[in-house]
Parts: sequence; structure tokens; C-alpha cells
Amino acid sequence: MANADCIIIQGSNMAECHPVGFQWVAEAKARGAKVIHIDPRFTRTSAVADKHLPIRAGSDVVLLGALINYVIANDLWFKEYVSAYTNAATLVHEDYRDAEDLGGLFSGFDPEKGAYDNSSWAYDEANDGSITEPGGPEHGAEAGARAAGDALGSGGPPLEHAEVLRDDTLQNPRTVFQIVKRHYARYTPDMVRDMCGISEADFAYLAKTITENSGRDRTTCFAYAVGWTQHSLGAQFIRAAAILQLLLGNVGRPGGGIMALRGHASIQGSTDIPTLFNLLPGYLPMPSAGRHDTLEEYLKANASKNQKGFWADADAYTISLLKAWWGDAATAENDWAYDYLPRLTGAHGTYETVMSMLRDEVEGYFLLGQNPAVGSAHGRMQRLGMSHLKWLVVRDLNMIESATWWKDGPEIESGELSTEDIETEVFFLPAATHVEKAGSFTQTQRLLQWRHQAVAPPGECQSELQFFYELGHRIREKLADSQDERDRPLLDLTWDYPTDEHGDPDPESVLAEINGRHLTGPDAGKPLSAYTELRADGSTSGGCWIYTGVYADGINQAANRKPGEEQGPAAPEWGWAWPANRRILYNRASADPDGKPWSERKKYVWWDEEQGKWVGDDVPDFPPTLAPGTKPDPSVGGPAALSGDDPFIMQSDGKGWLFAPKGLVDGPLPTHYEAQESPVANGLYPQQQSPSRLKYPRKDNLSAPSAGDPGADVYPFVFTTYRLTEHHTAGGMSRWLPYLSELQPEMFCEVSPELAAERGLEPYGWATIISARSAIEAKVLVTERMTPLRVGDHTVHQIGLPYHWGVGNSAVVSGDAANDLLGVTLDPNVQIQEGKVASCDIRPGRRPRGPELLALVAEYQERAGLTVETSNSTVTHPAAEGEHPGGQTP
Amino acid sequence: MAPRSFLEWPVIRQLSTGDLLGRGPSVTSPKTRSIAPRTATADKVVQSVCPYCAVGCGQRVYVKDERVVQIEGDPDSPISRGRLCPKGSASEQLVNSPGRQTKVLYRAPRAKEWQRLELSTAVDMIADRFIESRRRTWQQTDDHGRLLRRTMGIASLGGATLDNEENYLIKKLFTAAGAVQTENQARI
Amino acid sequence: MGQLTGPTDPTIDAHWEHNHPRKGFFTDTSICIGCKACEVACKEWNHNPQDGNLELLGSSYDNTGSLGASTWRHVAFIEQGQDRIAEARESGRALVSLGMPRIGPPPQPGEVVAGADTTPPDTADFRWLMSSDVCKHCTHAGCLDVCPTGALFRTEFGTVVVQDDVCNGCGTCVAGCPFGVIERRSNGTVKVATSREEQHAGHPEVPNAGVAQKCTLCYDRLVADETPACAKACPTTSIKFGDHDDMVQTAKERVATLHAQGMTEARLYGANENDGVGGTGSVFLLLDEPEVYGLPPDPRVPTADLPKMYRRAAVAVAGMAAAAAVAFLGGRE
Repeated sequence: MANADCIIIQGSNMAECHPVGFQWVAEAKARGAKVIHIDPRFTRTSAVADKHLPIRAGSDVVLLGALINYVIANDLWFKEYVSAYTNAATLVHEDYRDAEDLGGLFSGFDPEKGAYDNSSWAYDEANDGSITEPGGPEHGAEAGARAAGDALGSGGPPLEHAEVLRDDTLQNPRTVFQIVKRHYARYTPDMVRDMCGISEADFAYLAKTITENSGRDRTTCFAYAVGWTQHSLGAQFIRAAAILQLLLGNVGRPGGGIMALRGHASIQGSTDIPTLFNLLPGYLPMPSAGRHDTLEEYLKANASKNQKGFWADADAYTISLLKAWWGDAATAENDWAYDYLPRLTGAHGTYETVMSMLRDEVEGYFLLGQNPAVGSAHGRMQRLGMSHLKWLVVRDLNMIESATWWKDGPEIESGELSTEDIETEVFFLPAATHVEKAGSFTQTQRLLQWRHQAVAPPGECQSELQFFYELGHRIREKLADSQDERDRPLLDLTWDYPTDEHGDPDPESVLAEINGRHLTGPDAGKPLSAYTELRADGSTSGGCWIYTGVYADGINQAANRKPGEEQGPAAPEWGWAWPANRRILYNRASADPDGKPWSERKKYVWWDEEQGKWVGDDVPDFPPTLAPGTKPDPSVGGPAALSGDDPFIMQSDGKGWLFAPKGLVDGPLPTHYEAQESPVANGLYPQQQSPSRLKYPRKDNLSAPSAGDPGADVYPFVFTTYRLTEHHTAGGMSRWLPYLSELQPEMFCEVSPELAAERGLEPYGWATIISARSAIEAKVLVTERMTPLRVGDHTVHQIGLPYHWGVGNSAVVSGDAANDLLGVTLDPNVQIQEGKVASCDIRPGRRPRGPELLALVAEYQERAGLTVETSNSTVTHPAAEGEHPGGQTP
Repeated sequence: MAPRSFLEWPVIRQLSTGDLLGRGPSVTSPKTRSIAPRTATADKVVQSVCPYCAVGCGQRVYVKDERVVQIEGDPDSPISRGRLCPKGSASEQLVNSPGRQTKVLYRAPRAKEWQRLELSTAVDMIADRFIESRRRTWQQTDDHGRLLRRTMGIASLGGATLDNEENYLIKKLFTAAGAVQTENQARI
Repeated sequence: MGQLTGPTDPTIDAHWEHNHPRKGFFTDTSICIGCKACEVACKEWNHNPQDGNLELLGSSYDNTGSLGASTWRHVAFIEQGQDRIAEARESGRALVSLGMPRIGPPPQPGEVVAGADTTPPDTADFRWLMSSDVCKHCTHAGCLDVCPTGALFRTEFGTVVVQDDVCNGCGTCVAGCPFGVIERRSNGTVKVATSREEQHAGHPEVPNAGVAQKCTLCYDRLVADETPACAKACPTTSIKFGDHDDMVQTAKERVATLHAQGMTEARLYGANENDGVGGTGSVFLLLDEPEVYGLPPDPRVPTADLPKMYRRAAVAVAGMAAAAAVAFLGGRE
């Protein structure tokens, strides 16, 4: 980021949430880079930016689409880059129909299932066919259920093969370029003004600043965080930025890219090595019944040997994982113990799990350093769900609200639950802090850093490593005599880690297993040094293929600590970045098709003719000796099929995808839809909300009416949730610390002076905020940092709510939880909840106590006429499909 | 106590050092004169990483008598260059917080309060419940006879604050047990 | 005489055997992000107790209020509209034309990106000022001058430090500080809203209760050549630490740079060695009048007038003596 000439921070409050990361922005700014912050609120990030543009929460695709339109219409795209490195020239199948032609829906929508059959979005094929995914097409409803989008964490979706049809003149109307151009033609500055609340002048400033700082000599960087992901079309927000950045040539180059700013120390690591239902380590999907019943089916559906790039070798990654877990019990005869893996039959995400709890289908629940009673959407549903459990294990540093809801939670106060009736057994097990255990975190730029243990954990505190090793040990001991076939995977599991004098496992031995080793041949037992050494014949093991190399030569590379000052800017000898210690992904794109740097100023990785290899400031993210002009036969498949100008080596055609023929379940191009709850009508299409969003129409999950519907004025305001510098997420690591608690002691809401006047809110007095699910109270900060936005013909007031506080008696500071106001509506690609925008009312004074609180919420629901159907239609306009662009019914 | 030399008398020091107004070295107490930072007197310094957000700032952990006495930024880190935010700066309090729980607690069904439990007993009870719930809620096949080999009766949430090695063991154990509902903050 | 008023180097005046260059802070508020890392790092290093009553203070994001016995770094938050910004820009420009902030030689601000925009920015509609305040470690320190016990002393780094083992809690210094920085720490009972008393039980005892307390500029770190905790933590280098002369020079260059970019609201605070405290060891770059940040516009050490007062007293004594002599002589008649 320090190398950027322009930094757009959108959907992130970087200075507040990542202050130390922000030093690189500050440094770029000091060098003269422009910093623009686009956010509903004026935050501490805005305070030090060159410009702050207030935006209506949830309208980001309109703004990004308008920037795409501006770049194309004014011919400002980076021609050589786009032509060579993206799929702009690729032809899409003739059956494809755009949202422009169908009133906001793409071709293939199935209103019954509320999902797309995306076969018509495919690339065109020579003999009238289309290039589908290996294993046959998967309906969006199934792909969505297994949150298939998550599996793309390390690369693009698979294709049967990469023999695409191209029109390098980009004139054919079925080229990706022409489709993108048409799709965004109505995303204009006027539309931005009417939908986002951003003036034409401000849009012009933004567009000019970005385009003037992109090209051969200059690069622009985007930074986002959960302000983009927590929407019913969150993945499409990011895709929209990716399209813009590809058009401007800002991907794979220094000072470019799209930076995800993640909120937890190892949240990247916990998706790489996923404690997620739908993934196996290294973004391999968990098998689904019906689609992946056999290993052969699984491997076939996962990747095609005929597609380009390294994902074609996913079979080697899968079988090495099975060997790591089941060792000698995984044999060629039993398909490497593939049938030891459990199968998915739909969505089993955290919100689905909570709803299963309410149906008494879940007996036991582990909370591992997470506080869903405060931190998850719809806190009431979370707490009530937990009250249906037979047993609950909470492992944390402090006595968090998720461990005490049975005695001091909001539902005890409201009378919905009473302690003496709750059957749930609760175990509280104290955890070890980061200095009381050794191990690695993977930070937001995919860098693994090893922490050494400083002291032993106090009292009965244990690390998760100690606890789960011990738990596994005891379970296996208790089952040791079992003849039950279902216990084989547990009993055959490799669980023999070396232990110290206290019986605790050695974390480095776990890292070594993750890295993988040779199992046969002269090097048997030796660690692998790169994922290219993984084999599909059982001769290697590896617990997470993308991490292979972290233990190369038997050395813990994550513990590398050569001081930054003694290295170049990429600092390759500090920690270890996956894959293969690369710091910028797809960095082949930092050189032109001939392998020369695009400019001296933005030099990074280039082809050295004399040495016959790629060289530069980073590990080249490309086959090291694949010369720029190489044109192999695309039918060979795998890494060998990559051309010398295919920088996107994990994409199945080697190109950056402007248009996504596969992989997304809610559309091949980002399209603006309004949020589940919105006081604004979609100005672009008759379709109001994303038709494929995941809805949960339940009595305990009601939604406010959308713009124009009766009752919408009962919840007239937009609220958005966020974090503050002084606290950490649900507060488990901050509200128990006096030094942090005193800095932000109380829950508050931020409102504009105009809204305060309209509703009679006193500065620093109390207010009650009511949504369709719940009501909370907060102190009022009246501030000009909140701006009422003119959107179309009316004013939209936005209310800001930090979400760190929760109700309980253990923390130094407590308060109502903002997340209680949220409902559960999810993005269909990744099943992340819409947490950044919803509707509410606000009024002065504290909320009622006891049953009266429930009565207040019910009174609002009644007044708005809410039913489970409200805002839950799939296709929201009877004539949506088949209508003309933007056209309302005459 | 050692006898004090008259040379340490403030007035003598005032005259001998030239600090005539008595505002410099002549008024320093023995404690002041022997002052040293606890970073210098620590038994060991351990390199670590901040446990809060995902920037991954380097930390140095100073240990004295098997206790963490100070945590501050690691200037060697090319990511953070020695700097920390307020949360990172409060890491020592996170470790030594007076409100931190260090004992296992158990709440029985319908109980109004916690009770103490030995760690080993607790782990054993959890293992028993894990096995029982798994058996009770086991799904071997679906309606079409396709293999499922799982339990939907056990779930977990958490991982984004944990180590890669810990997530790995959790995923490995739960998958082998057929407990597919493991989730973490990445989806929240 | 220098040690009580006017420009001087207090490090030398204190007559330490080994002289170090005078140390100090330069707090550049134009790049402060208000994260409060300085507040926490300071408390954590110095083991200062939590203070305040754990309720919103009613001052934007500031909930610590001011510097005090337990808060040695304090971040102020000021929200301003367009009119106030225009006034600040004008008053800053006036200061320059008066030559007051003493702009140094033209800046050499490192590598400036080719073609970077240096036209004056449009006056924004709104701004949110953030500024981390700290003890000024004055050249002529009121607290030090009035301390009757020798608990306060001038260190070999030119800073002013309380020795908690010497201080008897008399509180004279509190009135001696023109900035209201030094304060006696209360007896240890933290005021907490009654609703939170239970949650607050069991917090550790407050150290140094009853004793005067303030920033030591991390004296215990300086002796080992370590950076003070606040400056080390600061994510954006808004708080810089170093030799006082370098800090003042850096500060002057920064003001010049900002003025060249049209941000004429920038001005220095504490860098004038002819002011009422002889200049401060901690200098600040502000973007508005000092009062806006809660800083006195014209701080004056109470003892600044001491030499003049002594001269007047001497005249008075001489006069009285003469009168007495006259009376005596007269009486002889």
C-alpha cells in the first residue's frame, strides 16, 4: 500500500480498525498519494483522508459500476493489460441474457428454488457447446447451500478446459468486454447521485483521481473490510472493485490490488485451515452427498486436468491431506479413506446451526474464543438457541456473555427464560493467551508468523492445542474397543504428536504435518519444500497444500525473523507467506506481455532474458522459467498449459475475470440490488433485492418493509454497525480490560444534528432504537460526522451503532448489543450475514425493562403489519423477468 | 542499612555538582539514581505477534520470574516497525488482567450458580457427552442411501483468534468424528 | 540569570556530571488518527490506574477528559464546521506574516511524487481534530521551581520528573503548573457509576496514592536509551521523540510544508523560547488556536517574575532600611 499513488478506502474504517496497518497509508500520503474514504460515516479514517465521501450504506455497487462505466465510456482502460491478462476478449455463450435485458435478473433464474442455473453464463465453445465446470453443471441452489464461493479462497472456479473462443478486436457483442460495457451503461453519475447520495462533482473528483493514478506509471489500491462483506451481495461488492482494478491494470502490481482488512489475528488462517463447515484445508471443498459420493466424483468435480494452472493438481492436494489424517489406513484400495469424510447435504453454517438448536437438533456446542451472544447477528436467536442445548463448552479468557446468558442475559430480564428452567449444562474452561502458547497466526496478507511461548498458562488455563489434543486422546481411549465401523475414522486418525513433560503436544510437530512430508523413496520422512512436490499416488502427505513450504528443510520458516531494516521492501525473510512465500499474488502482471516492467517506477517482477527466468523483488508467482512468448497447446491442461502471458495462474484460463462464467451463484456481473431492508427503491431495476439472497422467513426473524411497501415508514431510518479502535469485536478481549474500557465505556449511537432535532434526541442522553427484531438503548452522540443524504426525492438518515457491548455482569463495562437488532439474511455465495445495513426507528429515552420490552417490539411489528412474507419475496416485481432495462411498468 | 556518607548529603551534593538551586542531581533519591526499565531487567524477551486484528504486528514479550512484565512493539517487524495500537498496547493487561478466569467452572442443569470442577474431570465429562451425543444423533446415510457418516448434534464456533495448528487439530478431530458444523468468525 | 526566565538549556543549568542533549517530543497533530495507543501504552508502562467513572464524558470520542495524576497522555477530539476551519486558516496565516511560528529554512520534504497536487485544498465542510497532549517539560518549569521537598528534579535529559519516594503530597506544584498538568493522585478509590460497582470489584490497589504525578517522559526508559512508551507505540508517528533541537527543527519544517500545501491553519505550540515558560520540551503542531485544544494561549510560569520581584523587593528593602536609618538617625536628635 505504501507504493500506491491513490488509495480508496471503502467499506473499511482502516485508521480505527487497523491503526498500525494505516501507517503505510499515512506514509503513501506523506509522499503525495491521494487518500479517499468512502463511508456512511465520517470516521477517524476520514479525518486524515484527503476527502471523505458519505455514501448510503449498501449502495456501493452503484458507485463502483459507475466508475467501471466511466473508465470504459471515456476510453481510460489499460488496453495492453486488459487485452492480454483478462478475459475481456473471451466469448460468452449465446444463451446468456444480462440483467439489463431481464429487469434485474440474469438468465437461468429459477423462482421456485430462488437460485440460478448458471449454465447459460458459460464461455462459448468451438462446436456450438459451452465450457461448463468439470463434473457437470451444479445448480446455484446446491452450490449456494454448500457456500461454494468459499472454496475459491486460493484460486478461481474450475472449468472443463481452457480452449476458449476469443475476439481480440473486442468488437463481437458476445465478448466479455462488450457485455461488461452494456451491463454498466446505465450506472451513471446521475444514478450515483440518486442512489448513493454522492453529488456529480464528488463523483467526478473520485473518478478523475482514480483514473489519473492508474496506468503504466501509477497504481491505485482499494482497501475494504466487513463494510463490504456483510451484505446480501457482499461478494459482488468485491467483484465490482476487482473488475474496476483489472480494467485499470491495478492487479498484481506494486501499489495496486484490493486489500482485505481482516479483523482477527488469524482469521485468514482459520479459512486457509478452515474451521468452516464447507471446506477442507487449502480451500478444498467438503464433500457433498450426491455430488461427491466417490473420490473419483469428488476429484472430477473439483478440478479438470484440462484446465490451466496449478488447481488442476487438486487431486494431489486432496490425497496428501487424506494421507496426513489417516496415515497407513489411507490406501489406494480404500480410495485413501475418502469415505472417512462426512458429507454435506446443504447449508450447515453457523446461522443454520442456531436454527437447528431451536429445533433441538443440536445437543453439544463448543465456543472457542468467540462470543455469539454479542458478536453474531440476531443475538436473541443466538441466546435462545443455546438454551436448547444439552451441553455447552465455552473456552475463553474471560467470563463472556455467551457463558453467562443463563443467569444474566437479556432474556432472563425480559422473562422469556428463567434460570431454573434452563436444562443446559455449561462448562467454562479458561484459555491460554497468545503469549502462553507457541503457534502461528496467518495475518491478512497471508503471512504466517510464529509466536514463541513466553510463559506457562496460569491456573487451569489451556491452549486449544492442549485441550483438543487431550479431548481427542480421551475420546479415542473411550472408543478403543469399539467394533463400530463409524468409529474407524477416529481410531485410525493420526494423533500421535510428540509431547512435552506435561503431556502437551508440540505445536511445531503439527506445523510439520500441515507442511507435509515424503512418505516413500529415499527422502521418506523428510519435509516437503513446495506444493509442487505433492503427489496423488499416496507417496506424500500434507495437511494443507497451500502451506507446504512453511516447514521446508525441517526449518520453521514462519519463525524467520530477519529484521525488516536489513531486508528489501518485500521482506521475504520475515515469516512465511503462502503460497511459496510470495508477497504479491499474480505478480507476473507487474510486467508487460513481453516480460518487461510496465514502467521503471512500478518495476517488481520481470523476465531476465540472459538468465532465462523471472526475477525481481518478490518470488515470481509464475512458473519460474516460462518465457513471455510461450504458447503451449491449451489442451494439455495443468501448469504446462499456461502461456507466457497468463499471469492469473490459479484461474482455470489463466486470466483475470471481468465476467465470471462460473463460481458465483448470484450473477456473473455485480449488479445493484437493495438490502433486505431498505427505505429506498432500486432505481436501476424493478427487482428490489438480490433474488438469490438467502432468506429465513420465520416469526423470530421478521424484516421491515422495503421502500414503498405499507409499513415501511414505521422503520424509517438506516442503521449500520461497526467497531471502534478502543474495543475488539464482541468485547471478549477488551471490555474486561480497564485501560480499554475507560476509553469507550458506554454503548452509543451516532446521529446527525438533523435527525436529533427531528426525533428530539438530547446530546449524550439516552435513545431507544427499534428494529423489526428487537429494541436496544444507547447514549446519543449528536455529530456532524453523520450526514443526512439526499437520495432521489427524500432524505435518508443513517444511524451508527458500534457493536462491542453486551448485557452481563462480568465485564468492566457492559451495555446493549447492537447485533440484537439485526436479522439473518445471507449472501448466497459465502453465507455471510447482512450486518452493515438494516432499518430501524429511534426515539428518546431508555428502553422499557422486562416484558414491556417485548411489548414495544411487538407494537412496532403490528403497526408495520409485519408477517413472515414481508420483504421476503424472491422476485419482487411481478413483471421483473423479461422487462426492459430500468423500465417501470407503464 | 549502610551508613550514609556525608558526601551524599544534599547540601554537599548541591555545592559539589554546581547544582546550586537544588533542582538537578543533588536532589535525586537512591531509588531515582538506580532506576532501570523493566525491559532491561527482564529474564528473557520473546518474539510474539499481537492477538487482536489481522495486521499481525510484531510484539516483544518481556518475562521476569516466569511472569509477563511488559509487552511492546517489535521494531524488527517489517509489518509494524515496532508500533502498536491501543489494543496491542494493552496486551500485557490482557494476560495479567485481574478479571481473567483461570479456573474451570461448571453449571449444572437448572442451577443458579457456577460450581468448581477439576480440569481433568471436566475434560472427561465433555468426552463422554461428545461420544453420547454423537451416537444419539448419528446419520449414516441420507434418504437416497448415500453415505453421510456424520452427526448434526455437535457444533463449534471459533477459530479466528486461534493458531493455525489449533484450527488444524479442531478441524481434523471434528471431521473424523463426523461433526461437520464447525464455524468461525470468517462467516460473521 | 537564565535558570528562572528566558531562553536557556535547562539540561546544562542542572549541572549533571554527564550531559545529554535535551530530549523532547514533537506531537504532530496533523497526522494523529486519535487511536489513543499513546494513552494505553503510557498507562501500561507506568502502571497508572484507570480513572474516570466509566461513563461517556460528552466530548466526542474523548472519555478521559484531560491530563491528570493517572492520565499522562490525553487525546482531545474536536469537531468543527466550515466557518471555524476558515478562521483557523486565516489566523494561522496571520501568525506566519507576523513571523511568529518561526518557520525555518524552506523544507526538503523527501521524495514528493511527481505531479503531486500542491494547490491549496478547498476548505472542507467539516473536520475532526485529534491531538495527543502531554506534560510540556518546560524550560522554566513552575512545578519544579515551587517544589519545597526536592521531589521534582531536572533530569540529565532536561526533563522534569517527580520522585514518588520523596514527594510528601503537599500539592504546591499543582498550582505552579501553568498548563494544569501535574496533579495529586486520589487515595485510590476510583469513582465508578454505582451500577458498575460490582463489576469493578477486585481491581488492584492504586500505586502512589496521594503523591503528585505526571509524565516522566519515561525517565526509566531514557536511562537505558529506550524511546518513551507513547512515542514507540504511535502508529502514525504523530508522536515523535528525540533531541529537543531536532524536534523543533522537524516541527518548523513540517509547518512550512503544510503552509506550502495551503494548510495555513498549521502552527507550532511551545517552540518559542521567549514565551512565558522559555519554550517547552514537548512541542506541538496544531491546526487551530491552542484554546481549541484546551491549551493556554500564553502560558506563564509563576516564577518567571521572580527576578523582577526580587529586584523590587531589594529596592523596597533598601528603601525601608534607609527609612529606618533616617528614622533612627532622626530619633537620635
